[in-house]
Amino acid sequence: MSDTTMETRQVPINKPPASVKVQRVLKGVPMRLILLAIILIWVVPILGLLVSSFRTPEAINNTGWWTVFGNLAATDWTLSNYISVLYADFMGLAFLNSMLVTIPSTVIPITIAAFAAYAIAWMDFPGREAIFVIIVGLLVVPLQMALIPVLKVYTANQLNGTYLGIWLAHTGFGLPLATYLLYGYISGIPKEIIESAHADGATPWMSFTRLVLPLSKPAIASFAIFQFLWVWNDLLVALVFLGTKKENALVTTRLAEMVGSRGQDWHVLTSGAFLTMIMPLIIFFSLQRYFVRGMMAGSVKG
Amino acid sequence: MAQVPNKNNRLFEIFAAAPTRIAVSLIVPVVTFLVLRWSFIFMRDSEASKFLIGIVALTIGVGGVWVLFAATNNLVSMLPTRMRDTLRPFVFVGPAVAVLLFYIVFPALRTIYLSFLNRTSTEFVGLRNYEFVFTDPQMLIILRNTLLWVLIVPFVAVAMGLLIAVMTDRLRPGWEKIVKSLIFLPMAISFVGASVIWRFVYYYQPAGYEQIGLLNAIVTAFGGEPVAWLIIRPWNNFFLLFIMIWLQTGFAMVIQSAAVKGVPSSLLEAARIDGANEIRIFFNVIIPYIKGTILTVMTTILFMVLKIFDIVYVMTSGNYDTGIVASRMYKEAFIYRNFGRGSALAVFLFIVVIPFMIRNITQMRENRR
Repeated sequence: MSDTTMETRQVPINKPPASVKVQRVLKGVPMRLILLAIILIWVVPILGLLVSSFRTPEAINNTGWWTVFGNLAATDWTLSNYISVLYADFMGLAFLNSMLVTIPSTVIPITIAAFAAYAIAWMDFPGREAIFVIIVGLLVVPLQMALIPVLKVYTANQLNGTYLGIWLAHTGFGLPLATYLLYGYISGIPKEIIESAHADGATPWMSFTRLVLPLSKPAIASFAIFQFLWVWNDLLVALVFLGTKKENALVTTRLAEMVGSRGQDWHVLTSGAFLTMIMPLIIFFSLQRYFVRGMMAGSVKG
Repeated sequence: MAQVPNKNNRLFEIFAAAPTRIAVSLIVPVVTFLVLRWSFIFMRDSEASKFLIGIVALTIGVGGVWVLFAATNNLVSMLPTRMRDTLRPFVFVGPAVAVLLFYIVFPALRTIYLSFLNRTSTEFVGLRNYEFVFTDPQMLIILRNTLLWVLIVPFVAVAMGLLIAVMTDRLRPGWEKIVKSLIFLPMAISFVGASVIWRFVYYYQPAGYEQIGLLNAIVTAFGGEPVAWLIIRPWNNFFLLFIMIWLQTGFAMVIQSAAVKGVPSSLLEAARIDGANEIRIFFNVIIPYIKGTILTVMTTILFMVLKIFDIVYVMTSGNYDTGIVASRMYKEAFIYRNFGRGSALAVFLFIVVIPFMIRNITQMRENRR
């Protein structure tokens, strides 16, 4: 996790007598028990999902998933749930669709926002202040305020159910936050750096692409992770603009549809749910520091 | 770079010396536009393999926006100095402004307008949609549920987060890191995924059958009768909103953990010397010290709770008296196709956040002064 949260406070320790030490340890016992209980509530449900996804349908329906720990070897482990959900339930296609939606929906808003943030921070033009105020105001506007009119425009222009349509929708909904965050970072770049680049004859385009963008990498990375996960995990925008048709469905809409149509088939629901979680979990474990920063930064999204 | 040609000279230069460049910079945007349009139609109508479409999609989606910026910038660079300098900022900021206008500002205004029209937006109905929101018997239950969500989830998530932050603060750093990661983990999971996880925990089979849902297995192991958790009103609401608590506690924990570590140890030591026990220190020293952070985290979670529709949609679709405003908004607008009522519900959500919007703007202006 981020450095700031992980620092431990240095408390001066003057060696206490043994009896006090024992007392302290005993005092810590209820605290540790409470903590253990909380951890179990947080982890066991995920574990149940993971274990069940590797059990045969009969096994899942006949015995609770926790019984496997009694006889790990005797359990009928299987991968067929995954194969069936990937192909028969089109989760593989949904995975591909999710990638095709999520990557551009992350890159486009970052690009547009970075250009805008640079202009607002370092260029002089009328309306600059007003634009920034509007962006701050738009941060908290609920997504729901835009859905119906945008859908009407999309339906009239055959944009509904297209990649372009959903890329632009996610771009629009993610843009206030992206611009706000990148502005915060880009405007903090020391004035001398920008000015000396201009004195050396750099055009705004050059100073933006060669100087500002590389310098803003940490902010861009944090927002990119936030936006990627937001789009990957989004259900509402995908349902409204892409629908649940199998050819178009993303991992979230596919899984939600399966809950509706096969709500009792736990072998495909558990493996399907785990497939939707793989991507976020990889990011979580490999980029934990950026992940936490990104989630913190993104928490103000409307 | 020293030579600054006068205006006429420069104009002349442009038209005489660089005809090809001008041609290029005029043609590039046109060609780009045509390519983008073609590829868009290709993606929409093509029967080509998903893989091929995918490659086109990624190239266009990721590269297209850059090409557009470069092309317009190039075009503006051709202009005389003064015009160029006036126009260039708009090349940079223009697309963002356009996207914000077309995807948030205009739609939001139109949603307000639509909320006064009927279900097909063909007839003016005055305040009838709002009358529905505040008087319909089903809506009253939905408003009650929404109130439960926005009161309970932020409060419990913040309290749990703070408790965990204070407790892990006393662990060894290695353990602290592991515990925090585990609590934070659900933040990575989608609401849909989390709903499936908890549907499985809450799963109900009639008495006499093997309980494969964890919660009912525990209940029956202690000799109880299995319970259909998602159907018993009004308690089912609590089982749904607990999922949101489960998801948000990690967020509350991380932010408050940083704040707790910021409490000066001298303050804590002084309280200990005065004989205060850990519980009193928690309530009388730590909480007052980090009050600001607690409030921020609470409002942030409140926002998220207000807009979340996924959990209710997946768990119960709002049946058994579990609907909340955001889930009903989806249902009205996109299942019943009643755009009037859907818009009124969206406006309801918007009105709740207006005070925060104003506060953000005034705060931002103060900071810049």
